[in-house]
Amino acid sequence: MDWYPLYNSLRISAVSTVAVFFLGLLSAYYIARLPRLAKGILDVVLTLPLVLPPTVVGYLLLRLLGPNRVVGSWFLAHFGTKLVMTWWSAIFATVVVAFPLMYRTARGAFESFDETLADAGRTLGLSNTYIFWRVRMPYCKQGILAGTVLAFARALGEYGATSMIAGYTPGRTATISTTVYQLWRTGDDAGATRWVLVNLAISAVVLLVVNLLESRQRGGRR
Amino acid sequence: MLRVDIRKRLGTFLLESQFSAENEALALLGASGCGKSVTLKCIAGILRPDEGHIELDKQVLFDSAAKIDLPPQRRNVGYLFQQYALFPNMTVAQNIAAAAKDKTRRKAVVAKKLRQFHLEDVATKRPAALSGGQQQRTALARILTSQPRAILLDEPFSALDSYLKYQLELELSETLSAFPGTVLWVTHDRGEAWRNCRRVCVMDSGRAQPVQTLEALFRAPGTESAARLSGCKNFMAVNSRGESVFLPEWGLTLACRRVVPPETAVAGIRSHHVHFAAQNEENTFSCGVAKVIDDVFGSIILLRPVNAAQDAPLLRMELDKAAWAAHDEEETVTVAVRPEDILLLQNS
Repeated sequence: MDWYPLYNSLRISAVSTVAVFFLGLLSAYYIARLPRLAKGILDVVLTLPLVLPPTVVGYLLLRLLGPNRVVGSWFLAHFGTKLVMTWWSAIFATVVVAFPLMYRTARGAFESFDETLADAGRTLGLSNTYIFWRVRMPYCKQGILAGTVLAFARALGEYGATSMIAGYTPGRTATISTTVYQLWRTGDDAGATRWVLVNLAISAVVLLVVNLLESRQRGGRR
Repeated sequence: MLRVDIRKRLGTFLLESQFSAENEALALLGASGCGKSVTLKCIAGILRPDEGHIELDKQVLFDSAAKIDLPPQRRNVGYLFQQYALFPNMTVAQNIAAAAKDKTRRKAVVAKKLRQFHLEDVATKRPAALSGGQQQRTALARILTSQPRAILLDEPFSALDSYLKYQLELELSETLSAFPGTVLWVTHDRGEAWRNCRRVCVMDSGRAQPVQTLEALFRAPGTESAARLSGCKNFMAVNSRGESVFLPEWGLTLACRRVVPPETAVAGIRSHHVHFAAQNEENTFSCGVAKVIDDVFGSIILLRPVNAAQDAPLLRMELDKAAWAAHDEEETVTVAVRPEDILLLQNS
């Protein structure tokens, strides 16, 4: 069995999870401080990928990153590489669809944070960076971890936008989800079943981790 | 020395806070919701006033005209929060260490503070595992480690039962007596203010009244709200008549033995200043006994002056149980208030 799709899926998910982790945290932190109208608008825009069909996300990404489009043609001219149809093209798709999960859970976690702790830290002379990483983050740890795991799972399961922007090339851009589709389409039922089982195993582990984190959050808070 | 002169609007609430404190413990006394906490937060830099000026030891912390607004980190103002705001993810020692300015001497500073505040045994515990007293000591140790020039106490005992409160108050006042800078002690408890501060600034619905000594506050509160905070319970609208006041609702004239200022609108009478009249005493009047309340150590008697209107408020009298026992059977009593015990008050 060629394990390339597993390897490719895992590295795409890992890279996009790291990106989504920081992007989601910082947007959650800064957007919570904006005036209500700006907050409302940004909230809708940033959560949109969660409810849009992945093919719509894929279409919008192609409109932006395709070799004849604004960003894509600029990148091609300056770096000599296309942004689509490579293994890492899928990262654009997974970041966009996984971002809202991280953003939403991080915001929920930050909203439960006791702001007097941050006030106390500031009056003690602690920098805002220190307070963010050493007080706010540990306090919201479980919620943020749960968001990260969900984002990873979503990135791993991404199909629609990925297949549009990265396509399916065995040994190059194939991921677990695109492989399952291809094997089924070509009548390789046994092959498809194997990958379905792999996917089921990964998803079960992810859900177990999320449940574990949530029960610790309920029982372990102060 | 701390000088504060700020205005801030919060919805329909307008805060106008103006006072200055020497290197002393100054009480900020007011009912809840009067703007005490907002004032502290403006001084610490947690909230921003709409306009005004805040100055600590000749350094300007905030000035709306000069566009100065130092962040809390650069104000050197310690803030003791109501629930102490200890970092729940850190141990006692880590909480204190976080506030150390000089990182190279951190270990020595923490060890010293742990010893000084009797926290060595719980140094590796997290705040959730501490008693209320240990939490307060940790919070104080942490504040003093940050070397503040002023300390703000935001109702430090509001959440405690009375015995623990008494213990912690002793500890806190002992710690603060060694502190050289300004201490602002926010409270709604007149006893707490009296025991720990010499001067007081009374705040009423967003306005700070002039700073005065606590003796002066209790002797001549000046306004009805200040008198209320000082524990006075009887208030009656009055008309001034030279050296006496007329109380229309009770149909009663009381001598004051001093010129009643024309702006006097209300007379205040402390419950324990109402006593059974001696022979030929001034300001004597008869009252019907409306209700007797048996309190822990004394008796509270609600009296209706004989000439009082039907819906007039009752006069509250407090005295020893033994002193009341002699009059227990009576339906009418004759009481008196000494002229100098009548508080002449403005409306607010």
